[in-house]
Amino acid sequence: MSAPKLAVFKLASCDGCQLTLLDCEDELLTLAGQVEIAHFLEASSAVEPGPYDLSLVEGSITTPADAARIREIRAQSRRLVTIGACATAGGIQALRDFADVEEFRRTVYARPEYVDTLATSTPVSAHVDVDFELRGCPIDRGRLLEVITAHLAGRKPDVPDHSVCFECKRRGTVCVTVAHGTPCLGPVTHAGCGAICPAYGRGCYGCFGPSGSVNLPALIPLLRRDGMDERDTERFLRTFNATAFAAEQSKHTGNGEHTESREHRS
Amino acid sequence: MSHRGSRVLKVASLARVEGEGALHLRVDGDVVREARLSIYEPPRFFEAFLRGRAYTEPPDITARVCGICPVAYQMSACAAIEDACGVTVDRPLRELRRLLYCGEWIESHALHIHLLHAPDFFGCAGAVDLARTQRAAVERGLRLKQAGNAVLDLLGGRAVHPVNVRIGGFYRTPAPFELRPLAERLRRAADDARETVRWAAGFDFPDASVDADFLALAAPGTYAVEEGTPTALRPDGARTAFPVRAFLDHVREEQVPHSTALHARLDGRRHLTGPLARFAISGHALSPTALEAAREAGLATPGQDSVCRNPYRSVLVRAVEVVYAVEEALRIIDAYEPPPRPYVPVPPAEGTGHGATEAPRGLLYHRYRLDGEGTVTDVRLVPPTAQNQGAIEDDLRRAAQSALAGQALSDDGLTHLCERVIRNHDPCISCSAHFLDLTIDRTRHQGRGPCPTARTS
Repeated sequence: MSAPKLAVFKLASCDGCQLTLLDCEDELLTLAGQVEIAHFLEASSAVEPGPYDLSLVEGSITTPADAARIREIRAQSRRLVTIGACATAGGIQALRDFADVEEFRRTVYARPEYVDTLATSTPVSAHVDVDFELRGCPIDRGRLLEVITAHLAGRKPDVPDHSVCFECKRRGTVCVTVAHGTPCLGPVTHAGCGAICPAYGRGCYGCFGPSGSVNLPALIPLLRRDGMDERDTERFLRTFNATAFAAEQSKHTGNGEHTESREHRS
Repeated sequence: MSHRGSRVLKVASLARVEGEGALHLRVDGDVVREARLSIYEPPRFFEAFLRGRAYTEPPDITARVCGICPVAYQMSACAAIEDACGVTVDRPLRELRRLLYCGEWIESHALHIHLLHAPDFFGCAGAVDLARTQRAAVERGLRLKQAGNAVLDLLGGRAVHPVNVRIGGFYRTPAPFELRPLAERLRRAADDARETVRWAAGFDFPDASVDADFLALAAPGTYAVEEGTPTALRPDGARTAFPVRAFLDHVREEQVPHSTALHARLDGRRHLTGPLARFAISGHALSPTALEAAREAGLATPGQDSVCRNPYRSVLVRAVEVVYAVEEALRIIDAYEPPPRPYVPVPPAEGTGHGATEAPRGLLYHRYRLDGEGTVTDVRLVPPTAQNQGAIEDDLRRAAQSALAGQALSDDGLTHLCERVIRNHDPCISCSAHFLDLTIDRTRHQGRGPCPTARTS
């Protein structure tokens, strides 16, 4: 039996999540013996045609061309796994969703007419079926290896969707909110990073997006108590997984939050 | 295929570069009419959505411009915002920042040297292919890369998008005992780094020379990394410097004749940032060990009359910079005493601030305007690849022209040559795209299906 074909694709993103694959320094050459790395432009100019057994997709959909491209990638992939906040939730570039993208275009580019862009930055799942979403900005090395290993073994990846708080407790870190009154998104953020921020004395800033069960009405009063006004709170929730947290917010504000904010800003 | 007649070469998807780019070469008879490095990395609008954010946020947010050099973005952002607020960070904290930055240089350079650039010298498609004949070298490269990542992991919390950087310093500074295992690892890395210089010195380097002005930071008595004065070195040896706050007076986007593309120019001239520029401008300030390694590798002694302008040899300069960065990291760790405070308080102030640091691939400039409450009102980011684009294209034009003047070269051969020329400069296209001109060629997008191949048309 020939080795399974692994492909890595990039859409709108920073390259950090696919770099995480190259950051598996101890495992990289072993992995290359287990799978055929058939398409990974950041690492190799040798490109094998599809179909691919496992495609890892980094980046969000922000151009009409990429909207078409992700459908081609899906058609060529037996399993499609999104890696990172861009591919899974639209990424930092989804901040355009709350603003006027035409104004953005004029602000950044001297010749805006050359820039082809959509008004939104959407996750891959808004366009095609996705077999698994690996969260994080960036993704965690260990979880990436778990996803690839699980695929090779034909089982489900063991990536729990509980909050960062669980990882903090497991690590034995003192709660930064309880002990120091530091605003922290840990209670509503998807685990997977190993609770790094609280271990470094700062509050979690939500780069893994919402966890499986999010209770924002309980968290927001704590953020207020610890000195964040409405604007700070909004900025805190709207960074690398802005649309995912906005969707959580709208669950509690009668579905209007996202739209109102959009009108307000534009 | 004959050289006669017109032909257009396109490589739809460049491999072994960070980000998404394509190259476009128009050849008329034996004359190269146009060489263009196109960037189709989708725009992400950082400068636009940073407006309205708190002045404490740009280090975390701009890190996401580039997953390969997030520390560079964090450091330039901190420098610019601290400048706007009129705060100077304590010396020990600046040393820790330099240590973090050394980690990124080691990681990024080891990646480029062994995994992205070296395969070109062995005719391989990538590192996995290269490992079949050069396993020890690839393993050494991965070890070095891992040593760089270990610095980032410890001091930054993680290798990609570190979490421990804040305006004014760090959230938490390490205890000396935490640095000890890191020092052990770096001592092993020092041997690996020297070995990599020797290995790269044995590569076969084609003749080539860039004639662009060099631009790099310079700092008294040291090889500038996290701070310094922008300094230009012209091919005739003329050296000029200007303060960071005057950066945008000197480095401007200009319309290039016969092209819709805008390029950054230094005082109206084509310029290049990155390892060749740094080595020419600050090489004399390298450590004795790094200078010895450079000499062994056959690099012209910096400060003497001869300046290395061969972009293929940039791999040697990167290797020497790894030797230096490992040594610097060890020096900082050996002298380390925990600073009295992890960060200097930076109260918000109305004003404009400028920051420039040396990203692994060249000078990275940030400018922020803040209102009195600390809200960001205006941002400019000038990444190295955007500055280098003009010089890279000129390199492409020259390389293609001399290849055509020589022996018959197939389209495939010419394409391969052009890809090598681009990779010499370690372009980070994810970085440049958010502000650069984009010329979207619709035909090129058709080549971006799930299985695009480097091909000619």
